[in-house]
Amino acid sequence: MNNSVSNTARLLGAALRALLVLTLVTGVIYPLVVTGVAQALFHDKANGSEVKADGKVVGSSLIGQSYNLPLKKGRQTPDPDLKWFQGRPADGLGSNSVNTQYKLLLSGATNLSADSKVLIQQVKTAKAAVVKDNSVPGYTVKASQVPADAVTSSGSGLDPDISPQYAQIQVHRVAEKNGLSVAQVEKLVKDHTEGRTLGFIGEPRVNVLELNIALKDLLAKH
Amino acid sequence: MGPVLAGVLQLLALIGALALAYIPLGTYMARVYSSDKHWRVERWIYKGIGANPDTEMRWPAYLRGVLAFSAVGVLFLYLLQRLQGILPGSLNFSSVDPAQSFNTAVSFVTNTNWQSYYGEQTMGHVVQTAGLAVQNFVSAAVGIAVAVALVRGFARSRTGELGNFWADLVRGTIRILVPGAAIAAIVLVACGAIQNFSGIHEVGQFMGGSQQWNGGAVASQEAIKEFGTNGGGYFNANSAHPFENPTPFTNLFEIFLLLVIPFALTRTFGVMVGSVKQGYAILATMFTIWLGFVALMMWTEFAHHGPALQLAGGAYEGKEVRFGVGSSSIFAVSTTLTSTGAVDSFHSSFTGLGGGITLLSMMLGEIAPGGTGSGLYGILIMAVIAVFIAGLMVGRTPEYLGKKIGAREIKLAACYILITPALALVFTAVSMALSTPPHSMLNSGAHGFSEVLYAFTSASNNNGSAFAGLNANTDWYNTTTGLAMLLGRFLPMVFVLALAGSLAEQKPIPVTAGTLRTEKPLFTGLLVGAILIITGLTYFPALALGPLAEGLAS
Repeated sequence: MNNSVSNTARLLGAALRALLVLTLVTGVIYPLVVTGVAQALFHDKANGSEVKADGKVVGSSLIGQSYNLPLKKGRQTPDPDLKWFQGRPADGLGSNSVNTQYKLLLSGATNLSADSKVLIQQVKTAKAAVVKDNSVPGYTVKASQVPADAVTSSGSGLDPDISPQYAQIQVHRVAEKNGLSVAQVEKLVKDHTEGRTLGFIGEPRVNVLELNIALKDLLAKH
Repeated sequence: MGPVLAGVLQLLALIGALALAYIPLGTYMARVYSSDKHWRVERWIYKGIGANPDTEMRWPAYLRGVLAFSAVGVLFLYLLQRLQGILPGSLNFSSVDPAQSFNTAVSFVTNTNWQSYYGEQTMGHVVQTAGLAVQNFVSAAVGIAVAVALVRGFARSRTGELGNFWADLVRGTIRILVPGAAIAAIVLVACGAIQNFSGIHEVGQFMGGSQQWNGGAVASQEAIKEFGTNGGGYFNANSAHPFENPTPFTNLFEIFLLLVIPFALTRTFGVMVGSVKQGYAILATMFTIWLGFVALMMWTEFAHHGPALQLAGGAYEGKEVRFGVGSSSIFAVSTTLTSTGAVDSFHSSFTGLGGGITLLSMMLGEIAPGGTGSGLYGILIMAVIAVFIAGLMVGRTPEYLGKKIGAREIKLAACYILITPALALVFTAVSMALSTPPHSMLNSGAHGFSEVLYAFTSASNNNGSAFAGLNANTDWYNTTTGLAMLLGRFLPMVFVLALAGSLAEQKPIPVTAGTLRTEKPLFTGLLVGAILIITGLTYFPALALGPLAEGLAS
């Protein structure tokens, strides 16, 4: 009995030492070396691909933002600022529930099922809003023109992109609200449409933050 | 080009890349586990452990090594989370509560990486990088070690010796996982994944104001998370988060990473048993199932049945624009057919049938191609079952790779395949029967049942993905999924190692005209059939109540 206890103790001791040594290799040396190389070679990317406008950091090109008007009194959700291109809905995005001294972006999806009544309602509401917001005199958006990404929440809630179709149906509205010509805004969208990588990887997309920064630049020159 | 064609081309590119890596990586891994030379750094490590890497172990000793190392791992990770509140470098995050700490510790040690917490608001740098990420490496190395021990059981004769656990653990980590992950991490950073140790900081926004971010060693963790088929995300959104998976290319690259070791291990197996054709037969089985499931998933996701998806005009709920439906479908199948469980899109919002495919993928026992190591030993157990069935049909004593599959071997294999279904189904049934656990469901009806079934299937099979609407951070789910993960990982390992020991003791029997040729396509067909029939019979009633009911209604 004593023998087996001491054998077990010896074995657990070896296991603990193995864990500590491997923690040193994979939990200290490995991440530090990768961080060193990353910071030396890809400094901006390793720190979150921040983008600047007018010399000020306005976010990350990888992280989607909202482009809303200030919240009105007595309302739950702010209205979109229709001057700017709008991103996808983010109904799954959460807010801090632990360590509440911070106000961290809490990534997430809605996880609602394809037959969920809540999701059906969300899609209906979003679709109606896209049609209404983007229909301007001389240009009517039909419900059938609205692409799926415009009315669904992404996996992360932080999708920085929209489909070129969704950007396209916003062009007339953005032009009108900013006093620009449709052709000018269309060119802007075209310049910021990224095709599939190597022609077949992923889907074509438009980065909303970069598009809005370009729009802001255009307005400044205007 | 349409999205369907682009999806198919991405699939072909992925298959091409995997094919290129197959022989070099598989042969290299065989050399890693067969070589009698030690690297200098490995000698230092053995000295630190105080173990002689050249001592051969019989199966009970090998198993004791696995269990002791894993037990210490659970305890260490548990304490790290419980002490987070006073650890430096933890962003001033508070300690994690006991039930969640237990669940998370077990989850990462068992290579499951089920997460009942939100990474970005719960785990500081030290726990993520020196705790969770470490288990990403070593739990994968333990899986490969056990698989290699089983392969040695087939390859060796008239001995009970299966190798040295410490040597297998250290070599897998140092020679395979660390170099691979380091290269992959740099590739991910080059594409935009973050890698820093900055604290929580404010970043300006376009419309004014600011948003709060935490930094972290994300790319280095992401790389091993996929390469070791782990799956625990740095952020709650996992590989859908742009900081973990920034571009369409990284998405395809991450799918490659999580498939490459499990597929290549069939080559390692073939080399080590002295017939690469035997490896090809196993590879063909894995590949057939994987490809079939990917095709089914693409079909159902592009067809986007289900009222909400029909209304939206596409299955984009829970999916990122940059990946699209095609690439997300490949990811979903690959992550559930391996033991990864990372997600780049949220399975709960897939079509009813698509969600069913992710469930069924896990229910197959994660063998096509399965987790690092666990996939290989899982499918070899199924191969033993398949030759047994074939033996029954012709009235011959079954044999596999020159070893007789007698009563003892078949009992061990049968025990192995009963464990995970028993855990998954019993825990699901109990949860549904009790009054409070169903309150955790987000969706109602068939989909709500699927959420619970998914949770226990994922935990028992050590996958880790979720129908994430379920609120799993309750004492009930933290405890029961924790138990399911523990038993679902280590009981099968007991039977695998016992089987390995019993095979290694046998003397080989010569091949005769009556021997079932297990390197031929006929055997691959038999094996695919056996896997699908056994899984189908086990889980069909449960699947009918959940995803089939939902999918057929829409």
